[in-house]
Amino acid sequence: MNKLIWVLVAAVGAFAIGGLALHRGESINAMWIVVAAACVYAIGYRLYGAWVAAKVLTLDATRATPAVRINDGRDFIPTNRWVVFGHHFAAIAGPGPLIGPTLAAQFGYLPGTLWILVGAVLGGCVQDMTVLFFSTRRNGRSLGQMAREELGPVGGYAAMVGTLVIMVILIAVLGLVVVNAMRHSPWGTSTVFATIPIAILIGLYMRNIRPGRVLEASIIGIVLLLLAVVGGGWVDSHPWLRTWFDLDSVTLAWFVIGYGFIAAVLPVWLLLAPRDYLSTFLKLGTVILLAVAVIVMRPEIKMPAVTQFIDGSGPIFGGALFPFAFITIACGAISGFHALVASGTTPKLIANEGDVRMIGYGSMMLESGVAIMAMIAATLLDPGVFFAINSSPGVVGATAEAAVETITSWGFPVTVEQMSALAAEMGESTLFARTGGAPSLAVGMASIFSSAFGQGMMALWYHFAIMFEAVFILTTLDAGTRVGRFMLQDALSNIWPKFGQTSWYPSVLISSALIVAGWGYFLYIGVVDPNGGINILWPLFGISNQLLAGIALCICTGILVKSGKLRYAWVTGAPLAWLTIVTTVATWQKVVSDDIRIGFLSAANHTAAQLAAGLLPPEQAAVAPQLIFNQRLDAVLAVLLTAILWVVIVDTARVCMRVVRGLPVLPSSEAPAVTLPAQA
Amino acid sequence: MPAFDSAVMKSGARKLWSFIRELASDDAYERYLARHREVHPDVPVLSRRAFYLNEQHRKWSGIKRCC
Repeated sequence: MNKLIWVLVAAVGAFAIGGLALHRGESINAMWIVVAAACVYAIGYRLYGAWVAAKVLTLDATRATPAVRINDGRDFIPTNRWVVFGHHFAAIAGPGPLIGPTLAAQFGYLPGTLWILVGAVLGGCVQDMTVLFFSTRRNGRSLGQMAREELGPVGGYAAMVGTLVIMVILIAVLGLVVVNAMRHSPWGTSTVFATIPIAILIGLYMRNIRPGRVLEASIIGIVLLLLAVVGGGWVDSHPWLRTWFDLDSVTLAWFVIGYGFIAAVLPVWLLLAPRDYLSTFLKLGTVILLAVAVIVMRPEIKMPAVTQFIDGSGPIFGGALFPFAFITIACGAISGFHALVASGTTPKLIANEGDVRMIGYGSMMLESGVAIMAMIAATLLDPGVFFAINSSPGVVGATAEAAVETITSWGFPVTVEQMSALAAEMGESTLFARTGGAPSLAVGMASIFSSAFGQGMMALWYHFAIMFEAVFILTTLDAGTRVGRFMLQDALSNIWPKFGQTSWYPSVLISSALIVAGWGYFLYIGVVDPNGGINILWPLFGISNQLLAGIALCICTGILVKSGKLRYAWVTGAPLAWLTIVTTVATWQKVVSDDIRIGFLSAANHTAAQLAAGLLPPEQAAVAPQLIFNQRLDAVLAVLLTAILWVVIVDTARVCMRVVRGLPVLPSSEAPAVTLPAQA
Repeated sequence: MPAFDSAVMKSGARKLWSFIRELASDDAYERYLARHREVHPDVPVLSRRAFYLNEQHRKWSGIKRCC
C-alpha cells in the first residue's frame, strides 16, 4: 500500500514535469510547476533523503547529541525540533532564492525550475544535512574548524578566505538591488528609510520598556511597517515632501554605504536584533501568504519554457544556459552559505540525532520551494514587461521608446503605454531598467496578491513587497558586515593581538570601515556602470557562493572517506564534481570570453579602446577608467576564487588517497559516542 | 460526543501559543530562570534586561543570517 502511494506520487510528478517540458503554447498554469515541485520534494525527502540519512550518514537516534550531553543552558540547549527547524530555516532563507530565479527566468521557466528541483534534492539538501550531521557529531564545530581538523590547514584557510570574499560580494550585490528598487521612487525610498527608525524604536522597546518581550514588540513593529508602506504613498503624493526622497542611484549608494557602517558599529540590540525579528516574521508571513495566493489564484505562466537567450545573448546577464543558469540560481538549489549556518548554531540545539534529516534536508527543501515561488512570480509577467523591467539601458537603449523597440524585436511585444500604465498602477514614475530582480518580483507578487486578495491595492502590494525585500536585505547587509568584521579582527589579531578584542572600539571602527569599503567599492562601481552592475556582480556572487558549497562538499566527502564510507562518497562527490565543472567553466568564460558581455577582460579592453578613440560620451568617459580597473579586478577575483576551490579539491584528494592506501591521516574529530538512557 | 471539545481546543491553543513563544524566543527569560533555579539556585539571577542584552550580544557574534 505504502509502495503504491509512492509509485503514484512518482507518476504524478513525472507527468507534471513532462507537461512542463513538452508544453509549447501561449501559457501554462503555474499549478503544473507547484505539483511537479511537491512530488519531487516528497520523493526526495522520503526516499533519497531518508536513504542518505540511514545508510550513508547512519543517523543514530539513541546517540546523545551535544545539546543533551553538554546542555549548558546557553549555546547547547536541547530544543523542540520544530523550533530548531524554524530557526534554521529563518537563518538560511534570505533574499538570494528570490533574486536568483528571477534573473534566471531570462532563459525561460523550464531550465531554472528543473535546476531548483534537481539541485536542491541531490545537492543543496544533501549538503545542508551532511554538514549539519558532521557538525552535530563534532560538538557544533564550524565549517572552518572541521576543515582544519579533518583535512588540514589548507582547507581551513580556504574556507575562511572564501567566506570573506563571498560576504563582500554578496553585500555589494544586495546593496545594488535595494538601490535599484529605490532609485527615483519617493514611495519606495521613504518606506525603506522609515524601517530604520521603526527598528530602533522596537529595539528600545525590547531593551528599556518591556525587556525581551519579543512577540508583542514584533507585532507593534509589523503594524508600524505596514503603516510605513501606506505613509510612503502619502509622501509620494505630497508635492514638496516627495522631492526629498526622489534620489538618484549614486546618492542612494552613499546612503546605503553610510548606513552599513553605522549599523555595523551600533550595539546589536539597537538596530540589528529588532530588525532581524521584524524581517523574520515578515519573511515567514509573506512566504506563507505567497504560497496560499499562488494556490488560490493559480496564475498562468506567460514566459516561454525556453527562450532564445540560452545561447548567451540574454539582456539581464550575458552567458549561455550552461554554466550560467546554475551560477545564477545559486541559493535556491545549493548554497555554500548554508554550510556556515548548519555548522555552528543549529547543531547545538538538536535534541535528537534523528531530527537531522528533517532540519537539514527539510529546511533546504522549503528554501527551494521559496525559489520556485519566485520563479512563478517572475514568469507570470508578460515576458516583454519582465525584460523591460530587468534590462539595463546599456543593453536595450536609454529611452523608453528604444527599449520597447529592442525588446519587441526579440519577439516579446511590449509598448511604452503598457509600461507607463503598469508603473502608474504600481505608484511608480517608471519601471524601466529597474534591474536586480526585486522590482520585477514585487510586480509579480503584487499581481498575485491583488488578484487573490482583492484588486485595487496594487501600489500598496508593490511597495509592501519592496519593503519586505529591503528589510531583510538590510539585515543581511548589517549582519554580514558584522561577521566580516569579526573574521577580519580574528585574522589581524595574528599580527597585532590587541586588534582581536572584538569590543575594543578602535579595532571595531577600523575593521568595520575596511569591510564596508570592500563592499562599498563594488556597490559604487555597480551603480555607475551603464550596464547596470548586476550583470557583473551577480555572476561573481554566484561563483563565490557555489565555490563555498564546493569547499563544504569537499570537507563532507573527505570525512565520509575517512570514516570508511568510500563507496558512498559519490553522495557528496557527485554534486561536488558538478559544482566544480560549473564554477570552473563559468570562471573560464568570465575571464577569457571574447564576448564583451561575458568576458571581464574583453569588456575592459573594449572600454579602453573606446575611451582611447574618444567614442564615449563625456559622462561615460569620466567613469571609464574605474570600470576598466574594476573589470580587471573582477577577473583576478574570479580566478582566485576558483583556484581556492581547486586547492581544496587537491588537498581533499590527497587525504582520500592516503586513506585508500592505508597511510596515516589526521584523526577523526568526532566526539565519543554516548548512548542515551533507554526511554521508559 | 460533541464535535468540538472545548477542553481539547483550549489545551491545543495553549500548546500552539507556547510553541510560538518558544519559536520567537519570547519565553527565553522564563526558561533561563527555570534552569537557573534547577542548576545553581545560590547564584544571583540576571535581570530581565541584562539577560536579554547578554543573549543578543551572544547571538550576533557569529554567522546567523545568510543570503
